[in-house]
Amino acid sequence: MGTSQDNNIAIEVKKLTKRYGELTAVDEISFDVKRGEIFGFLGPNGAGKTSTINMLTGLCSISSGELKINGQSSVKKIQEMIGVVPSESNLYPELSGFENLCFCASLYGMRRREREREAGRLLEMFNLSEAADRPFRAYSKGMKRKLAIAAAIIHRPDILFLDEPTTGIDVASARQIRRLISEMNKAGTTIFLTTHYLEEAERLCERVAFIVRGKIKQLAETEQLLKGARKDNVLEFLLDRDITLEKGPLLEGLSDYRPVFDKDKVRIHTPCEMDIKYFVDIFDEWRYRVYEAKLIRPALEDVFVEITGIGPGEAEAGKNKGGREN
Amino acid sequence: MKKWIAFINILLKDIKTYYLKPPNISWGIIFPFSWTLMFFLRSGGSVDIPDFLPGLVSLSILFGTTSMLAVTITFEKKQASFDRLLLAPISLNTLMFAKTGGAVIFGIFNALFPLLIAVVFTDISGISWFPALPGIFFISVTSAFLGLFISVSAREVFEAQTFSNFFRFPMIFLCGLFIPLSEIPGFIRPLSYILPLTYGADILRYAIGGNNIFDVWFSFLVLLLYSGGLFMISIKNIRKKWIL
Ligand SMILES: Nc1ncnc2c1ncn2[C@@H]1O[C@H](COP(=O)(O)OP(=O)(O)OP(=O)(O)O)[C@@H](O)[C@H]1O
Ligand SMILES: [Mg+2]
Repeated sequence: MGTSQDNNIAIEVKKLTKRYGELTAVDEISFDVKRGEIFGFLGPNGAGKTSTINMLTGLCSISSGELKINGQSSVKKIQEMIGVVPSESNLYPELSGFENLCFCASLYGMRRREREREAGRLLEMFNLSEAADRPFRAYSKGMKRKLAIAAAIIHRPDILFLDEPTTGIDVASARQIRRLISEMNKAGTTIFLTTHYLEEAERLCERVAFIVRGKIKQLAETEQLLKGARKDNVLEFLLDRDITLEKGPLLEGLSDYRPVFDKDKVRIHTPCEMDIKYFVDIFDEWRYRVYEAKLIRPALEDVFVEITGIGPGEAEAGKNKGGREN
Repeated sequence: MKKWIAFINILLKDIKTYYLKPPNISWGIIFPFSWTLMFFLRSGGSVDIPDFLPGLVSLSILFGTTSMLAVTITFEKKQASFDRLLLAPISLNTLMFAKTGGAVIFGIFNALFPLLIAVVFTDISGISWFPALPGIFFISVTSAFLGLFISVSAREVFEAQTFSNFFRFPMIFLCGLFIPLSEIPGFIRPLSYILPLTYGADILRYAIGGNNIFDVWFSFLVLLLYSGGLFMISIKNIRKKWIL
């Protein structure tokens, strides 16, 4: 961990802990976020993502540990440099989009003319110009989220915190938001993003940390994690009925292959080259019709399952696929 | 300068979104109006102004300010927009002064109403404005901070309203607004001496008819101490309960 003089570190966290009474929501986590990167903070529901963001942004106190943002540890100094998009909107329902943006800008001491100019610019950038004068409460979910992002960046913060920015909105809006995040990052903003959509992290983040029950289980470059997972090729077969076939006959003589049976689905993991036809023939021999056979690209989801031991269905993290785009 | 821009805009936003809304304006108008009317009717139009105007002014301020803070603080906390304010790079003190500032102004406006009614019905040239105006200001500040204290302690708006009534209604009878302190039974009189409005009303009584009980400077001092105390406790509570 670098010293606070280190100019390449935007966020520096040491043994950060958050306790609510008996419950330890965040348990001695340590990590650095580099300047200019998109850092993904992944974990299932209740893992401690929001609690971590709240500590970093001054919305809740720190139980123990240290944090520095751009070398600063005073909350009010930190708040000048950051923007925060919470998972639940914190804007004013009765004010219009334009008024909300101007109000948020005023909290940072921006003057009226500058506030109005920036608000107009952001409304345009987020395709919200038409709704500028409508009250926020009349916005759709996707529009609300976009306005919340605009409100968080109107004072041009160095670092932007996004708490599940695409949860609960449709695929098109989610895609637009991801594009905006990416653009802001290219323009130089450091981004701290929490999500339980692994697809999203895979798409956007240079590095990700997996947090489970308040502890960081792994922190690595997304590429590295995926490379690690890519050691295994996975073939998936969808059959006409539930399989009763034993492992033996299917993989006779194939020592490096690991099958996983799930009713009418079979997944075969192997580090070797796969020959789909070979397996289709075997199924044919055993009188199973193969409806579908595909090579599955390993995703962060597999890494997640491996790291956390939380399988699909056990946690939200395994279930949501975050509006796959293509 | 930056802080000042934030302060003014928080204040203006509250005035625009809450204070100038018809239901709240009417709260500030109907309430003093009906009390005033009640007194005029009951006395057949020939009441002694000094007798009831101080109480009426104090009461209008108290009810106006405390009910507003239940909205501007408790309601905003509930709908999470208060968190937006907590994220701003301004100190908690500045933020809370801005949030209570609107209520203080609202309180002063509420005080004007009974005064206007009095102007219509009688001659008020006997009022000495020096203690009256600062008195009105100090009552507004104290009530606003009392409202702040209450709304910080409440989770729901209705809770804040109920909790305020717990303070407000006893004050009507215990603070010598309409029943002179000397006629309040001795065993509950200590309560009267504890409540800040007793001193606020007494300042106005000094200004409006000279029938005060306490030294007017002493009353100002009590209000000042009350305001400071309530504000500090509220800030502490916010830190403890909201910035968990
Ligand atoms: N104010 C609070 N008081 C008590 N417990 C809390 C509070 N806020 C969060 N918790 C608990 O702390 C743990 C972590 O919560 P947190 O909101 O940080 O999780 P999260 O990772 O953001 O989850 P999600 O994906 O559902 O948003 C949970 O067990 C939660 O119940
Ligand atoms: Mg959360």
